[in-house]
Amino acid sequence: MAEGSREVALRVALTRAPLEPEHLLRDLGSHGDGAVTLFLGRVREVNEGRPVVRLSYEAYREMAEAELGRIVREVAQAHEVGEIVALHRVGALELGEASVAIAVAAPHRAPCYAASRAVIEEIKERLPVWKKEEYADGTVAWVGAPGNLPGPPGRAEPEEAARGGRAAPGDGPGGGEG
Amino acid sequence: MDASSEGRAPRPSPSDREEEVRVRFFGLYRELAGTAERRMSVSEGTTVGELVARLRGPEGIPELPAAPAVAVNLEYASPDRSLRAGDEVALIPPVSGG
Repeated sequence: MAEGSREVALRVALTRAPLEPEHLLRDLGSHGDGAVTLFLGRVREVNEGRPVVRLSYEAYREMAEAELGRIVREVAQAHEVGEIVALHRVGALELGEASVAIAVAAPHRAPCYAASRAVIEEIKERLPVWKKEEYADGTVAWVGAPGNLPGPPGRAEPEEAARGGRAAPGDGPGGGEG
Repeated sequence: MDASSEGRAPRPSPSDREEEVRVRFFGLYRELAGTAERRMSVSEGTTVGELVARLRGPEGIPELPAAPAVAVNLEYASPDRSLRAGDEVALIPPVSGG
């Protein structure tokens, strides 16, 4: 929980249903929250210069929901926020659709932005979710595992492995958004 | 067989299961393994790293990195983590969510 005695509302889910921003923002936070941010990660039509025609997300669902819960709890402890909702899609997505949505309500804008940023960064590092892309030339690839093994960069150090989930550098290939 | 003899009855399958862990594969590793999960026997003190070493053999996933991310019972685990019967072990390829 953030500083103070206020209860922080946290909600996470992996879902096959389209993410609906208006629905997310309704009733988010309380009247004490002067700031609300909504971050959407959307499916890009070009990844590393290759046109994408189809893609889907596979998840280790049980763990992904648990890990997403751990992420938002950690972020809520580090920033003064009133509510965090973090949702991630699984299954087939259309180009341009939102793959991830993070809504944060906080008393002030600084912790609101910071918490939103922290959640997406942790998702990209830790959430056991994998994107599979099919390209215009007919090839298919698991994003984040280029050259297909062994030893993706950033995975060599034992500490990293011990820490777990440091699967891809933050700015590595395969970003779903931005 | 009446209830009083149950305690002496041989219990082959439960004791076998107790020495196994469930290993799950996802994404690229699932495709390389050709299966989403398998059961593997462990003895007391078997570590994540030792299990990974066995999985890198010809009957597992030869392409598996030496230190892939691994989860035990839904949490990331270090290579020196000891496994217990009934644990769910998952091999986690480089993640690409977001």
